[in-house]
Amino acid sequence: MKTFTANITVTLRRAILDVQGKAVENALHSLHMPGFSDVRIGKHIELSIQATDAEAASAQLREACDKLLTNPVMEDYHFTLNETAAVEAA
Amino acid sequence: MNIGVVTFPGSNCDADARHASALTGNTVHSLWHKDTALPSGLDVIILPGGFSYGDYLRTGAIARFSPIMTEVVRFANAGGLVFGICNGFQILCEAGLLPGALIRNQHLSFVCKDVFLRVENTDTPFTNICSPGQVLRVPVAHGEGRYTASADVIKGLEDSAQVLYRYVTPDGQVTDEANPNGSLNNIAGVTNAARNVMGLMPHPERACELLLGSDDGLTVFLSLARHCNVSVA
Repeated sequence: MKTFTANITVTLRRAILDVQGKAVENALHSLHMPGFSDVRIGKHIELSIQATDAEAASAQLREACDKLLTNPVMEDYHFTLNETAAVEAA
Repeated sequence: MNIGVVTFPGSNCDADARHASALTGNTVHSLWHKDTALPSGLDVIILPGGFSYGDYLRTGAIARFSPIMTEVVRFANAGGLVFGICNGFQILCEAGLLPGALIRNQHLSFVCKDVFLRVENTDTPFTNICSPGQVLRVPVAHGEGRYTASADVIKGLEDSAQVLYRYVTPDGQVTDEANPNGSLNNIAGVTNAARNVMGLMPHPERACELLLGSDDGLTVFLSLARHCNVSVA
């Protein structure tokens, strides 16, 4: 078994108005930072997974995202997966 | 009727739902989120308002996996009447018993006030004593009540008359100003295709006595009673 750490980013689907992002964008503009646009606010989830390999870890993660961590009606997600270096090998 | 009211950790309108159910002469059963069986003879299950599991992750996201929800889904799929109010509506959407989702209010503020609802379809167990287009005065209290769904789903809901209530002005007009949260098409409440599950963001259980400013919320309980062939004094 290997240990992986995952970083998951969850955002509202593009078709849904992100009112938090819009409010933050307006705040940036009011701070005289007009160059910012398309601000989107989301969620960041970190977790560790035990799995035989990266493919198995990804499959577990996708199941968790589809079932609990995100709601596909309103959210999209993507993640990165990194194998945690075993302490013994150091 | 026999009405079961579920309490999740963080429910805060369960007592109100039991009170309103009892007011209309029903036998009320308190159900706990860890229950794995329902009392026999239930006619209606109410999922009440509140902040189940602290609204962690998403509203309703964790409550939908409570042990009792397996039974609630089974009950609904067998034709049992299920009514989700506010957080209960959010839980029903997360559970897939109702289409769509409820997200952060458009203005980002928690909204707590009386609103006006127009009854859009009176041919359901939840609205059958209302007259078509009747306007009800009922309070809302939520931060995440903006109903959203894909364009296809919204069209399907509209075409099959599954939108049961819309936010309107006191004289029944659908306007942006009457919409307290930015819900698509001013949608306040929907039913499933089979018409035995309803979700409603406003709180009819808080509007069942004139002392509280309105008793228009009684229409839901009296409609359910009529549907179940129970006469209410």
